[in-house]
Amino acid sequence: MDKLINDFSFGLFFWQILLFILLLWLLTKYAWKPILDAVNSREEGIKEALEQAEKAREEMAELKASNEKILKEARAEREAMLKEARIIKDKLIAEAKDEAKIQANNMIEMAKNSIELEKQSAITDLKNHVAELSVEIAEKVIKKELSAKDQQLNLIKKMLDEATLK
Amino acid sequence: MQSKFLIKFLTIFIFLFTVSSFAQHEKVEGEGEKAEAKAGIKEAVYHHIQDSHEFIFFHNSETGKYYGFSLPVILWDNGLHIFSASKFHHGEKIVESNGNYYKLYHNKIYKTNASGDLKLNEHGHPENEKPLDFSITKNVFMIIVIGILMLLLFGGLAKSFEKGYIATGVGRFFEPIILFIRDEIAIPNIGEKHYKKYMPFLLTVFFFIWFSNLFGLTPLSVNITGNITITLALALITFIITQFSGNKNYWKHIFWMPGVPWPMKIVLAPIELIGVFIKPFALMIRLYANIMAGHVVLMSIIGLIFIFKNWVGGSLTFLLAFVLSILELLVALLQAYIFTMLSALYFGFAVEEHEHEEAH
Repeated sequence: MDKLINDFSFGLFFWQILLFILLLWLLTKYAWKPILDAVNSREEGIKEALEQAEKAREEMAELKASNEKILKEARAEREAMLKEARIIKDKLIAEAKDEAKIQANNMIEMAKNSIELEKQSAITDLKNHVAELSVEIAEKVIKKELSAKDQQLNLIKKMLDEATLK
Repeated sequence: MQSKFLIKFLTIFIFLFTVSSFAQHEKVEGEGEKAEAKAGIKEAVYHHIQDSHEFIFFHNSETGKYYGFSLPVILWDNGLHIFSASKFHHGEKIVESNGNYYKLYHNKIYKTNASGDLKLNEHGHPENEKPLDFSITKNVFMIIVIGILMLLLFGGLAKSFEKGYIATGVGRFFEPIILFIRDEIAIPNIGEKHYKKYMPFLLTVFFFIWFSNLFGLTPLSVNITGNITITLALALITFIITQFSGNKNYWKHIFWMPGVPWPMKIVLAPIELIGVFIKPFALMIRLYANIMAGHVVLMSIIGLIFIFKNWVGGSLTFLLAFVLSILELLVALLQAYIFTMLSALYFGFAVEEHEHEEAH
């Protein structure tokens, strides 16, 4: 202890305190504060960047999920549309077929009817023609043989009846 | 394999033994010389651990030549006296300054009469009056050097941060240490809330002690942190900061310990109060003793080379000194760490806030 007290030097103590405080002040101002601030801001920057990266990753995942969902939906929609189109197509074809059949039947019917009508009118025409012809024949006969008029008429009538068109 | 090794070992051992016994034989007549060498080493070690008014790198005792430079002496003795320490001629001459006479004796300046008489007491200490010595001694000089070094290093580190988040240059090496002090010393001991206030002091004290310790290990033969005055100043600053940052809770724990019965409170108060002073005192002694002991041991072992004066003793001592130097490198860092850690711990006590008031 005696040696320690003897070793103590006030001058050195004075300089040490003075220089140390000066050093502390200078270092605080020009070194520690900027260094610690820089380190702090760097750490915050890293933290922020990491957080942002995490957020971005989450967003990315979300985006991917939603994309997939949209894609899935689109695919389903396409499928549905294709299916519907097929149904419509089939229906249209069927309808067209039916209508064509009906139309064809109608036309055949009409044709048959008109043929019948034509036939009937042709038969009538022919009948009249034959009648006129017969009358003319009869007239010629009459002009030649007026004697037996009644007999003649009956004969014609009889002949006409026999000549009925079947 | 093993026997081969054993033979080799034995051969070397026998060789060493014979060589050293030869050497010892030679030295018998040199007993007086040896005692002289011992005394010389003792003095060299003593002078090494002392502060000095000059910076001496080598000293040839045979020719009496000193290689180094002198530092300015600044005295306050009813007026300012400034002169170069070279005027003392390493303590051989008396210096006259403004009508006063001064003599350098064992690195201390004493006021004497014109013929330079010193009255020694029974311990061998002079009883002469000592002027207030504000000289730029070797230690003051080294403190300034370390201060400039620290300003350059850490100022450079701060500057390199201006360019971006990544430190460049030499400062880069110190950045992790700064972070270590913050994350492993300041925050755990002081707490997240208050630690920022103490960071500058902790960093300064850590690097100051570390660099001082390291300079002490260089052949410049400086002994800054192994000087009681330096450690006293450092411990005193820690003490003052601790007391001034003490909150209500801190003082309450000293004078009126909560949670114990009142007779205990009375017993504990003086113990706690003594503890307040013992803490910085321990800081002071620990750093001083560790560094001083390291210097004395290392210097003594190096001194042994001059006592042995043979190849074996010399090389063995050299090896020992080398190993010890490595150990001292570790001690240099460790003591700086311990001083900083304990300072942080004391600051932590001072600013601690107890929510568990009755839990003691």
